[in-house]
Amino acid sequence: MKRYPWVLILILTFLTAAEAHAFRMVKVDGSSTVYPITEAVSEEFLAAKRGRIRVMVGISGTGGGFKKFCRGEIDISDASRPIKPSEVRLCKENGIGYIELPIAYDGIAIVVNPANNWVDYMTVEELKRLWEPGAQGRVTRWSQVRKGWPDKEIHLFGAGVDSGTYDYFTKAIVGKEGASRGDFTASEDDNVLVQGIATDKFALGFFGLAYYEENRDKLRLIPIDDGDDSNGKGPILPSLETVRDGTYQPLSRPIFIYVNRASADRPEVKEFVEFYIENAGWLSKEVGYIPLPEKAYGLVLKRFRNRITGSIFAGEGSKIGVRIEDLLQKER
Amino acid sequence: MDRKVNRHRLNILLDRAFSVVGLFMTIFGIGVLVVLLVDTFLDALPRLDWQFLTGFPSRRPERAGALSAWVGTLVVMVVTIILAFPLGVAAATYLEEFSRKNRLTEFIEINIANLAAVPSIIYGLLGLEVFVRAMRLERSIISGALTLAILILPLIIVATREALRAIPQTIREASYALGATRWQTVRNQILPAAMPAILTGTILAVSRAIGEAAPLIMIGALTYVAFLPSSPVTPDFPFLSFRWLLDPFTVLPIQIFNWVSRPQHGFFTNAAAGIILLLVIVFILNGISAYIRHRYEKRMRW
Repeated sequence: MKRYPWVLILILTFLTAAEAHAFRMVKVDGSSTVYPITEAVSEEFLAAKRGRIRVMVGISGTGGGFKKFCRGEIDISDASRPIKPSEVRLCKENGIGYIELPIAYDGIAIVVNPANNWVDYMTVEELKRLWEPGAQGRVTRWSQVRKGWPDKEIHLFGAGVDSGTYDYFTKAIVGKEGASRGDFTASEDDNVLVQGIATDKFALGFFGLAYYEENRDKLRLIPIDDGDDSNGKGPILPSLETVRDGTYQPLSRPIFIYVNRASADRPEVKEFVEFYIENAGWLSKEVGYIPLPEKAYGLVLKRFRNRITGSIFAGEGSKIGVRIEDLLQKER
Repeated sequence: MDRKVNRHRLNILLDRAFSVVGLFMTIFGIGVLVVLLVDTFLDALPRLDWQFLTGFPSRRPERAGALSAWVGTLVVMVVTIILAFPLGVAAATYLEEFSRKNRLTEFIEINIANLAAVPSIIYGLLGLEVFVRAMRLERSIISGALTLAILILPLIIVATREALRAIPQTIREASYALGATRWQTVRNQILPAAMPAILTGTILAVSRAIGEAAPLIMIGALTYVAFLPSSPVTPDFPFLSFRWLLDPFTVLPIQIFNWVSRPQHGFFTNAAAGIILLLVIVFILNGISAYIRHRYEKRMRW
């Protein structure tokens, strides 16, 4: 007796499986770095549309997002770095065209414990000497980074090796994506890094600027000198202004959304993306990121309206020290 | 003689020492649990309100709610139980009461025991390939429930088999002696008698599934869902709809994980409140099974 409802349910399930969804949906997935902005935009968008459109956002990392995107499973991919050659190839194989839209900047902060009173600034050269693969087991004391710093062991903390933050940091500092020493405390959860550095006088670490902003009382931010005076003289602290005007180099990066070219013709996706570009400025600031200049959002919107596919990075992955508005401008 | 007395004293001493150690361990375990719970509860207190239960996720911690997450957890768990319980009990009953012992059943038994120890992420990979992609069920409630059902199936089977084995052989023989068939014996005697233990095993399995985030993230459960599954009741014929099975969903563990990893401290409070909510759901499920168990225990009289 117990079994009969079961058979019924199974049959009904398969019947409804064939039925098309009545709701208009926008599917987004990808980077956890970009997630807070997409969440904020979706929240505002849904409030404005009063539930006629459904937006769903997943977090499977930039790489995971692109995998789904290039299979045509989602409409929009959140990405904390430009698309890579292997992903370009995958998309091409499946006939997926993409529109690349920069939506904000993110700064990577270098931080130490507040009790650390010897570090006044660091150069990219010093950071490289500290983080490159060859430093493993060799550069282990503060005094080895710069003469005059205490002869104490240095404890390193950094973003997990699967994150876009790590990819970008290694490319900007070491020069090669994914190349770094392995003997540091890595975590995908930046709050773990914050805790680690906040309780260790001899710690140094890097992570997204938003996590520093929320923990100002527990950490000290380090100004970085990239040795290039053309983009700001001497060591520069990351801030809204210095990231936006491109003087905090090389550790500021643009973050993106990628829109499926075919999805962009669906009215709900088109509406959502235009809403995204128009509101990304104040919303990204509210959740701790740095908005692009006003002019850049105009160019981004134009890029979307003209349905320009392909990457402004020529599908080669991150470029260090570029400004989005220059790239967008150049393209026209 | 003297030696014997000494020996006896030593044994009594050992006995006492062990009970003291045992007591200490019990108190230690419970103590840690209480501290954790109280700490989480105090963290959660400011957000344990109606708004938290009825709100959707938001970028502002004080406005973010867990509605889609707790509804998702509840719906997925109910579907999981509906899928896994009959299947698990049936499989265990077959293996224990009907099958002949041969190479094949031995092989199956070993594999079930092994499956119970497979890390949950592996089930997530399986769910992604089989349910989400091959069967095209997409990232839906039914995909999630099927994945979790497979995850807990071995646990239910193992628990059920233990429960069946605990039924005295004399009961079976008495039933056969009265002319009952094998099915009648299982249906009227064995299963009702074993039911309390089966339910205990099931609730342990479900408690494991309810806290799982990894396999569900793998099959693509979402983080930001600002809507509820469609209603199972419709105004038109046939008045019942199963479309909700195909709706996207999120669950509490994923929502909690997301809140914990956010930079704004307000989200930590939300995470604590989410943990308390998850505990409450586990308690409710436990309570329901305790009630059913109680009814079965009362009914069984030989």
